[in-house]
Amino acid sequence: MDQVIEKLQNADNILEVTDLCKFFKAGRKQVLKAVDHVNISIKRGETLGLVGESGCGKTTCGRTMIKLYEPTSGKVVFDGKDISTLKGNDLLDFKKNVQIIFQDPYASLDPRMTIGEIISEGMDVHFHMSEKEKADKVADLLGKVGLSAEYANRFAHELSGGQRQRVGIARALAVEPKFIVCDEPISALDVSIQAQVVNLLIKLQREFGLTYLFISHDLSMVKHISDRVGVMYLGSLVELASNYDLYDKPLHPYTQALISAIPMADPDVEASRERIKLEGEVPSPINPPPGCKFRSRCKYAMDICAKEKPELKEVEPNHFVACHLCNKK
Amino acid sequence: MENDKILEVKDLSVSFNTYAGEVKAVRGVSFELNRGETLAFVGESGCGKTVTAKSILRLLKPPFAVIKEGSQITCDGKDVLALNKKELCEFRGDEVSMIFQDPMTSLNPTMTVGKQIMESLRIHRHLNKKEAREEAIKMLKMVNIPSPEKRIDNYPHEMSGGMRQRVMIAMALACSPKILIADEPTTALDVTIQAQIMDLMRELKEKMNTAIILVTHDLGVVANFADRIQVMYAGQVMERGTAREIFYEAKHPYTWALLSSAPKLAKEAKQELYALKGTPPDLILPLNCCPFASRCEYCMPICKEKNPLETTITDTHRVSCWLQHPKAPKVKSFYDREAK
Repeated sequence: MDQVIEKLQNADNILEVTDLCKFFKAGRKQVLKAVDHVNISIKRGETLGLVGESGCGKTTCGRTMIKLYEPTSGKVVFDGKDISTLKGNDLLDFKKNVQIIFQDPYASLDPRMTIGEIISEGMDVHFHMSEKEKADKVADLLGKVGLSAEYANRFAHELSGGQRQRVGIARALAVEPKFIVCDEPISALDVSIQAQVVNLLIKLQREFGLTYLFISHDLSMVKHISDRVGVMYLGSLVELASNYDLYDKPLHPYTQALISAIPMADPDVEASRERIKLEGEVPSPINPPPGCKFRSRCKYAMDICAKEKPELKEVEPNHFVACHLCNKK
Repeated sequence: MENDKILEVKDLSVSFNTYAGEVKAVRGVSFELNRGETLAFVGESGCGKTVTAKSILRLLKPPFAVIKEGSQITCDGKDVLALNKKELCEFRGDEVSMIFQDPMTSLNPTMTVGKQIMESLRIHRHLNKKEAREEAIKMLKMVNIPSPEKRIDNYPHEMSGGMRQRVMIAMALACSPKILIADEPTTALDVTIQAQIMDLMRELKEKMNTAIILVTHDLGVVANFADRIQVMYAGQVMERGTAREIFYEAKHPYTWALLSSAPKLAKEAKQELYALKGTPPDLILPLNCCPFASRCEYCMPICKEKNPLETTITDTHRVSCWLQHPKAPKVKSFYDREAK
């Protein structure tokens, strides 16, 4: 645990997000606030997990960070540069440095391209390589992700889900990025294959010194892979802490409920556990209620929760929470 | 309780005819289900869990899917495979009903949810429109849908995923079936909603004494819910036992692998997870050996020659593995090793 804190303190920020908002128009005069004033910074070499229920804006947040969406307002600074002002070579360079691994390996690979073409497509844009060099590099990458070099001539439909996700990872690695957004990379895979892919991601991170933003709704897998974890609810970040702190002593009532809802593969533990039950469901992100967005489901809701939106504050060292309950203490 | 069998499946084999050949999806599965009991089918995708569940309701369409000769399904004394069309209609919904994995696609988008629930009430219980509507409201209330009087006239698209799954449950339980088959009922849902739905199913099970077959790949969901677990692989049952026997005294290397590949909350982060090598066998090819042999750490020569028979360990616990043979070496589960 000390090592993690030390590592976090010494590293500089590779990505800084300030007051990031991404709103979508949803019909006449209605705005869907997918990401609502999120502040987060990601340190070089760490894995930041981002969890939350579906529709809470995790994916939109990840995509806006790497300029796949234009933010409505707010600033994203990558490696010291504001990404909204990037042009020409700087922009190209940024796109080389950030890559994404998508959720659905069945939909994210072009069915008409061979695996070799899929992996080398990014190299064509960013590097000047001869055909021979390219083929060598593709073979090398395939080896790194645990596939044999022969796969370069196959098509996506010939591969299983786990193999496709490996191709997705190889494609992201092909341009030698610094930062990879892993957008639910394992949720479409089987349990035994999930373990293979997660082991691979951890291995590659150590080998290339990568920084990951790991988006997932599988809380136990996020705990396994992340250094720090952020919890999102309805477009806002409600808690951010190192993974030990977050899972051992969650402070936000929503995080507490989420963690107590994780099913455990152990009948004795399950039987003795107390569940914090959350009533109801996530309200619509279109015109969410003022004040704390979680208050409609929160059993501790107070008067102040309806009036003021709680800010994300550092309650304990490296433990940020947005909740009025924690402010009082 | 012991002899209160409600469903008995014997030597069930199901094949799919595809252009590439005959896919033997289920290969000689036998099991029984007692009244009010919960049985879980656990395994990776493509291991035949869903096909087994669907064959009980005869939902698989011939000639594409064929339930092989010699298969037997007996429900409450009735031979399910011999039912004619009319009897089958009465059987489905009245005696056995099913909840599907994806609540987004398994409801009819052009009908209000009320109509969909009323449909089965009117057919099976011969209620008139007004009675059926009242009953449907009662069902929606039972599955904890807020203001059911209004919600009954909603279309599925006006509801969230969790709500739709509740509607599915209401629909399935409308005629108080004796057996409820839940095919991955929470896979498409978030953890908090998953907990709500599992609680709801537990509550309803106790209230109505329905036997449940739960199909899932998530061992976490099963731990606190199932009385008995059946671990399936490549269309066969590898191990079966009570929940405690499977979680604490598992004997099959595949069960060990399943148990260890899920990350533990208590474990140190970023340690390597146990990952099962390789992929499941191709079900088109004939399998005369143990289907797990090619991925098994403890594979012995005999495993590649003959399919093991079930060894009985206790009354409820049975394993299909050559390691149980008296002449086989005694190995310790790596799952136990890890836990300590």
